[in-house]
Amino acid sequence: MSDFVHSGWGWFVAVPTVVSLIFCLVLLIIASRRKVMAADNSTGHIWDEDLKEMNNPLPRWWMWLFVITVIFAAVYLALYPGLPFNTGNERFGGTLRWSSVGQYEAEQEKARAALVPVYAKYAQMSAEQLAQDPSAMGIGQRLFLNNCAQCHGSDGKGSTGFPNLADNDWLGAGTHDYVKTMIAEGRVGVMPPMAAAVGSSEDVRNVAHYVLSLSGSAHNSVWAQLGKPKFATCAACHGAEGKGNPLLGAPNLTDKIWLHGWGEQAIVNIVTQGKNNAMPAQGRLLTPEQVHVLGAYVLSLSQPTRVAGN
Amino acid sequence: MASETVVSMYQAQKKIYARAVSGLFAGWRWALVWATQLVFYGLPWLEWNSRQAILFDLGARRFYIFGLVLYPQDFIYLTGLLIVAAYSLFLFTAVAGRLWCGYACPQTVYTEIFMWVERKLEGDRAQRMRLDASPWGANKILRKGGKQLIWIGIGLWTGFTFVGYFTPIRELALAASALGFGPWEWFWVCFYGFATYGNAGWMREQVCKYMCPYARFQSAMFDKDTLIITYDAERGEPRGARGRKADPKAAKLGHCVDCNLCVQVCPTGIDIRKGLQYECIGCAACIDVCDGVMERMDYPKGLIRYDTQNGMAQHLNRSQLLRRALRPRVLVYASVLVLILGALGTSLALRSPFKVDVVRDRGALARLVEDGWVENVYRLQLMNTTERVQRYRIQAGGLDGLRTDLGDTVIAVDPAEARWVPVAARVAPEVAAAAGRGSHPIEFTVERLVDTPADTPKSVVEHSTFVVPR
Repeated sequence: MSDFVHSGWGWFVAVPTVVSLIFCLVLLIIASRRKVMAADNSTGHIWDEDLKEMNNPLPRWWMWLFVITVIFAAVYLALYPGLPFNTGNERFGGTLRWSSVGQYEAEQEKARAALVPVYAKYAQMSAEQLAQDPSAMGIGQRLFLNNCAQCHGSDGKGSTGFPNLADNDWLGAGTHDYVKTMIAEGRVGVMPPMAAAVGSSEDVRNVAHYVLSLSGSAHNSVWAQLGKPKFATCAACHGAEGKGNPLLGAPNLTDKIWLHGWGEQAIVNIVTQGKNNAMPAQGRLLTPEQVHVLGAYVLSLSQPTRVAGN
Repeated sequence: MASETVVSMYQAQKKIYARAVSGLFAGWRWALVWATQLVFYGLPWLEWNSRQAILFDLGARRFYIFGLVLYPQDFIYLTGLLIVAAYSLFLFTAVAGRLWCGYACPQTVYTEIFMWVERKLEGDRAQRMRLDASPWGANKILRKGGKQLIWIGIGLWTGFTFVGYFTPIRELALAASALGFGPWEWFWVCFYGFATYGNAGWMREQVCKYMCPYARFQSAMFDKDTLIITYDAERGEPRGARGRKADPKAAKLGHCVDCNLCVQVCPTGIDIRKGLQYECIGCAACIDVCDGVMERMDYPKGLIRYDTQNGMAQHLNRSQLLRRALRPRVLVYASVLVLILGALGTSLALRSPFKVDVVRDRGALARLVEDGWVENVYRLQLMNTTERVQRYRIQAGGLDGLRTDLGDTVIAVDPAEARWVPVAARVAPEVAAAAGRGSHPIEFTVERLVDTPADTPKSVVEHSTFVVPR
């Protein structure tokens, strides 16, 4: 709107529009009568010796259709932004005060109101109850596919940098409330760059092999032994045994779940470069009731008894 | 210089008082009125599988036609139907002119019904003209008002029936008894009601003359071997009144007695004796009425008849006309029509009881999972096009040892429902390395399990790609 704040632009549109409407009407009236030859009903125009232009009048209702379109245009200009009828701050706002933003907001409001009865039943149910309700899980799946699957994958198993939601390994409490908070408010997971604290690049490599050893993954045991003392730096967050800390959201390093990639190189990269990993807040896009159902669906992904049918 | 006058470029609609007509072709028209209207008004009331037999559920995007459950993906059948309609129009028009306009077009059919109502209340042509000329009184108000009420009633019933194809008509009827339509139902019932009332009651031939594009382009499809409604000028002229016993030869007259009945019955108000005109909708009312006159005069019938321009000029007999009817363009239209009908029928008969769409995840093309296996994620949309629950098993193939996380899981889909199923497919590291980086064609085979004896083994193969990352 800011491009057209000057009311001169309103006049720029309104004046030619009104003038051309009047012009159309005048033209219609002027052109509605003409001279013809009384004898043969021709216009008197003859081409190629014998090709005569005859007078074949249109039905009059056809002309009225034209007049109706002009009346429609006048009414439309008065109701919708067009003519300077409105004395409010939007001079050309139209007497209906219609705007596309207003229409959008009204439609949003209507859609939200229509959702209320759909979700009213589910808001009273626990995650376990919802997991047993096929229609709730159907809604949850559609919400997931539309809002979450872009990063976490259609099956919720994520990929590098995007957590697997189906492995029952949570950085926090792993409860329904926790999942709902994550969805609504999002989260920023921070792994600071630790290379300076750990030491040389060889130290970093050794720490990486120690970390690999924690989960029993393939590693060089000599390097891992050398890396063990250096792990003290990491223990502040990941714990002395590397089991992580749900309060801080620090991942467990002793399982074989690798959010940022598997193997020496991936660990070295994370230790030297760190990582800011963001889950964007969805609370402004989804209603609390939708988050409630969606959270139950996400939890159900990691339940072994998940109903595969409908 | 001839004298000039100033005239308006627009003319008031001249009211046409078409005279009632009976005869062979009027009988055909009434047969088609009954046939088309029984189908139109009756179809939505039929039940099938304890649901409405024909229902176009726009909200749920399901189109039920007896045993068929069509999805928006089946739109090609509508294309086929439109092509069939178009080629039928071409074929009929090439053979016998505006048959559609004269006998089956809704404009003609509803005008016929509305004119019947008009005749019942206001009488035939002469009485109607008298009534219109007479001053307003109780009789005129009653007759005219009654006619309008019945017209509006027929219009609203037509609108109601039309909406009944899109909203279950029995529920709509209940809603109608309480005047409890939704806003859109009100709109469409009134819209189609008004369109029927306005077109068949008031606009009539104006629609054919000034609004309908088909009327115009059908004229362009005529050739000199197309059967049209023609007046045999050679036989009819010179026209003139004469006594029933008079010998036309002695009076130097043709067979046209100039009774003007052909003009009075014409619903578009033309004189067929002036030859082929664009206003002629080919209703053959003039043939019927003229044949009656010829019979009374004891002249041979067919002074006005279906004939071709060549037939008139060269005096062709019926079998010669028939031979010329089978000219190349007619044969081409007919064979294309048969071909498309055959293709449409075959396609419907062989239609799969379910459809499958594969949509691969685009956010992350591939991921490495435990032990270096490569995994791709897909969504399969399973669409059940029957009205029974179907169960499916999904398998992936195309790469060595490609397997899915579904395993032998059986997936059930409710009648006429569609369901998204996320599927993760994976290959071993050796296979991925052997296949190389990039995308590789794979396919998903969805097999329907045989649950009832009526089911035949059926599987659908859909292609997709499997991406091995760098």
